[in-house]
Amino acid sequence: MSAVAVAEKVKEPKEPLFSKKNKALISNPLDDDNPITVQVLGICSALAITVQVKQAFVMTLSVMFVTAAGNVIVSLMRNYIPNRIRIIVQLVIVAALVILVDQVLKAFVYDVSKALSVFVGLIITNCIIMGRLEAFALANKPWPAFLDGIGNGLGYGVILIIVSVFREILGSGKIWGFPLFGHKVGALLSDGTLATDASGLYALGYVDNGLMILPPMALITVGAIIWVQRARNTKLIEA
Amino acid sequence: MEYVNIFVKAIFIENMIFAYFLGMCSYLAVSKTVKTGVGLGAAVIFVLGITVPVNYLMENYVLKEGALSWLGPQFATMDLSFLSFIMFIAIIAALVQLVEMAVEKFAPALYASLGIFLPLIAVNCSILGGALFMQERQYSNIGEATVFGLGSGVGWFLAIVAIAAIREKIRYSSVPKPLRGLGITFIITGLMGIAFMSFMGIEL
Repeated sequence: MSAVAVAEKVKEPKEPLFSKKNKALISNPLDDDNPITVQVLGICSALAITVQVKQAFVMTLSVMFVTAAGNVIVSLMRNYIPNRIRIIVQLVIVAALVILVDQVLKAFVYDVSKALSVFVGLIITNCIIMGRLEAFALANKPWPAFLDGIGNGLGYGVILIIVSVFREILGSGKIWGFPLFGHKVGALLSDGTLATDASGLYALGYVDNGLMILPPMALITVGAIIWVQRARNTKLIEA
Repeated sequence: MEYVNIFVKAIFIENMIFAYFLGMCSYLAVSKTVKTGVGLGAAVIFVLGITVPVNYLMENYVLKEGALSWLGPQFATMDLSFLSFIMFIAIIAALVQLVEMAVEKFAPALYASLGIFLPLIAVNCSILGGALFMQERQYSNIGEATVFGLGSGVGWFLAIVAIAAIREKIRYSSVPKPLRGLGITFIITGLMGIAFMSFMGIEL
């Protein structure tokens, strides 16, 4: 959480659009400064919607859009927002963007929108967004703020996709809805009939791990990811 | 009986932390000691108990399709539900502000213990989550909505106090280095979630 308190400041009057510093804004959140595993922001939604890769992917895009657009808007307005009411101003900006995302999802991918249920609305209180607005957008120009938003959205997405790949493969034997190991008895086949016998691995007696679909395994999977990441990147270890 | 059922369900089966992961950020950040855990937990119960019923009124008398019909027949087909996010979050932010001022004025002792946590709560996902679940589940009257809000708050309180107690104790064990702090907290929360799943199916 300490990253939130310290507002980083980028001040170079003239620099190329993709200078080293700006590239770091995108690449840092992927590992060293990951919003989920290092900054501990935005956990709530990250865990709840990782049962399937498709949902996780749609959620990643939504969050990336809201962080990037929110960062740019707040950064443009940063000199006009009175300090005392900045939280409310930020909430209103974010809420307006989220309403936009919600309506678009409802219009184009209704089934995913239904599956995400309240979690689209909860992007408003997703700490990544408020955290980045407070820590970065309020102190920086629009272009770095935009890159920071995209970077943090990506860092969030990477964890989401990793968790959901594990959970979908182990929990339901599928990836993006396509069966990997054959089908079970009673599964809906591509020609619209129900399967009368199992095929592939299921015929050999393979059983999906039902626990992976349940909420607690999301936490344990993220715990394992943190373990692997910190074993590799020892400077992240907490004392 | 219906009230007791909703209350128990909200605490144990549909626990905000273990079933929906709402309010995870503050749960992880503020659970280092039991004392702060109790403070934040109490503030969450308090705020959920107030905001859920107020948002219930908002939903049923302003936002829902046909909810504005009390203004006159020409409003009967109005559907403002697309505005619900912005209305809910505005109400929550305003109420938290009001509650903070009222507590500071009338109960300085309570303010001293809750004070710093109240502003944090406006952006705690469990509060907005409570309002959105209330909207999705269509409770039939304001009593049920209030009981649901209080129950969710109590569930959140239990979760944060439990994890804070475990984290205080675990400091003395030798956890693998890369897992220390955040990692082990995630895994313990997962195991607690599995334990809480044994309440599934309880019906009063």
